[in-house]
Amino acid sequence: MRGKYAWLWIAAVVLALAIPWAFYDFHTGRHSGFVISMLSQMGMMIILALSYNMLLGQAGLFSLCHATFFGIGGYATIHFLNAAGTGSLPVPIELIPVLSGLSGLGLAVVFGYMATKQRATAFAMITLGISELMATAALMFHHFFGGEGGVTTNRMIEHSLFGLTYASGLQVYYLILAWTLLATAAMYFLTQTPLGRMANACRDNFERAQFVGYDPRRVRFLQFALSGLFAGIGGGLYAITYEIVTFDALAAPLSANALLMAYIGGTTVFAGPVLGAVLITLLQSGVSLMSNSWLVYVGVMFITMVIFAPAGLTGLILAHRPIARAGRLGRLALPYVRIVPPALALVLGFVGVVELTSFLTIGAAQGKSLVLFGNRIDIHAAMPWIVSTVALVGGAAWLRVESRTFGRVWESVTADLTPVRA
Amino acid sequence: MTAALSLRKVTKSFGPTEIIRGVDLEIATGERHAIIGPNGAGKTTLFNLISGRFHISSGEILLNGERIDALPPHQINRRGLSRSFQITSIFHNLSVFENLRCALLWSAGYRYSFWNPLGRQRELNDHAGRLLEDLNLTARRDTRAGLLSYADQRALEVGMTIAGGASVILLDEPTAGMSNTETDYAMELIRRVTVGKTLVMVEHDMKVVFDLADRITVLVYGQIIASGPPAEVRASRAVQEAYLGADFSAQAASEVAA
Ligand SMILES: Nc1ncnc2c1ncn2[C@@H]1O[C@H](COP(=O)(O)OP(=O)(O)OP(=O)(O)O)[C@@H](O)[C@H]1O
Ligand SMILES: [Mg+2]
Repeated sequence: MRGKYAWLWIAAVVLALAIPWAFYDFHTGRHSGFVISMLSQMGMMIILALSYNMLLGQAGLFSLCHATFFGIGGYATIHFLNAAGTGSLPVPIELIPVLSGLSGLGLAVVFGYMATKQRATAFAMITLGISELMATAALMFHHFFGGEGGVTTNRMIEHSLFGLTYASGLQVYYLILAWTLLATAAMYFLTQTPLGRMANACRDNFERAQFVGYDPRRVRFLQFALSGLFAGIGGGLYAITYEIVTFDALAAPLSANALLMAYIGGTTVFAGPVLGAVLITLLQSGVSLMSNSWLVYVGVMFITMVIFAPAGLTGLILAHRPIARAGRLGRLALPYVRIVPPALALVLGFVGVVELTSFLTIGAAQGKSLVLFGNRIDIHAAMPWIVSTVALVGGAAWLRVESRTFGRVWESVTADLTPVRA
Repeated sequence: MTAALSLRKVTKSFGPTEIIRGVDLEIATGERHAIIGPNGAGKTTLFNLISGRFHISSGEILLNGERIDALPPHQINRRGLSRSFQITSIFHNLSVFENLRCALLWSAGYRYSFWNPLGRQRELNDHAGRLLEDLNLTARRDTRAGLLSYADQRALEVGMTIAGGASVILLDEPTAGMSNTETDYAMELIRRVTVGKTLVMVEHDMKVVFDLADRITVLVYGQIIASGPPAEVRASRAVQEAYLGADFSAQAASEVAA
């Protein structure tokens, strides 16, 4: 994210500001609730994914308990809002996320002290333990966590810097947007500081870091604590938006989601997790409406990325930069076009098989039937299965052939180019 | 005057095998000291003990008169002792410039700061820029360190070692694997950047050793068999017999004859 990418960030901000108005319904005089809530979700997830990447991408720390700090930010915020509602906490709602962040920071200091004594696999295992520990604690301490039902609040605390009530989703969205921008800017700033740079250095070679005067443990600890701060802010925004926080906000699946978003977007580029969060949230909101199996698709996408594109989507995009700079992008056009039909066949075939299976099992239990372009599909007939399987297998075989050709062209195009630093 | 570095009866065992077997060594401030010895003699292990990478089994190590043998590496480094590695050890995903800047950060007083934007630290960046110049790596400034040529990586390794301005520098075979011209260039670089510092260097190239060193220590099987000025070491029968062998004897003889 050097100067030349500034326009991308500006475009993203303008887009984020404008999108709600593209879904404005003039008849009802309302913004689309679905779109607003999806955008709000994106904001929180961007913060979660970026803060996760402070560990994974920037410090090389594979954490399995990141949701802990998001969750604690959420739970604490419910209590802050309740206190603010009764007037015993004189903090305007716009500044409540500061307290959420401090809650995340506080817990990350405690757990980080234990976890960051280690690195690599041992670190990952400790964080797994922390995640389990928090999950149990959430069920044990009823007063704070509210047990199975979680804790609830009312965000209309009538204390706002701008005299807003936050009764409408749009107001909440803009609050989230403001905090997302602030948190993103702050996290970017951190990457440009001595601590941020030494986190990279310790990731690459923690031993050498010691011989230039740094204690890698201390670097890990500070990085971990700060990442907890931002996760806590994300959790705070979650609490403000949904006015309820349950177990889901700190449980392991959300930690896994943070990892997924950061990884799919790309951990080697600052903006990678932003892309990942947007994409996964879109999938989650969009595909989950259409299909029971959306997690299957996310999972398969994740596995595919890990195997074929470990630098994530942004890594894939950036790999084209030296080629573009050498003016050779054109030579890749045809190979790309040729790879589309087999890839499409493979994807459609796969989706077909997954959906048919899912309608056979879950769908049947729910009494749903598979409808495609207005036609009801008989999932017990042989035809749909044959078509899907042929597309899947044929697509895979065809794609293999095409990807070899593609690989050859790619190699000849990049042979004499030096890779660009991410 | 206290020695820059003193080792007293230092031993180190890995399991049952004693690798360093009672080393006593005094290195004066400003001295250029070479450590030579056959493969597996324990030269790198000795550096690992001095720099805190391993803990000693017994004995004492003092830096400027103060015990350092129980300290972790980063604290030893902060007291002004810096080392390089025989097997290049750099931050391979960071640019050459970033590598040098990282090596400067602590000594420039930034500690764990997360509030100073690096781009704005004029003095720090200028310093890293000067180091690039010194190392002749300016053209490689933004190259990822892992992608440098071997010789350039070795230069960077030395650069990172001297960057923080440590007063005692340990270099572990800085020229290993280099061609003759590269070695000459590297030695000229090392000479230039270590002016006024205490230098301890492990080196296999005898020409380099005898050119550079004020004193030479010969380590064989974890013990010092000779230590003194080059002429003395060269003349030592024990050294010739125990370690240097035909190669060295021939070289020494020809040099004596010359
Ligand atoms: N961490 C370790 N654990 C066990 N043995 C070790 C360890 N490090 C070194 N050794 C052993 O100690 C001996 C000395 O190794 P060292 O690397 O110090 O030799 P050296 O003098 O630097 O040799 P070279 O000239 O090949 O670099 C070797 O026999 C080596 O196998
Ligand atoms: Mg060695």
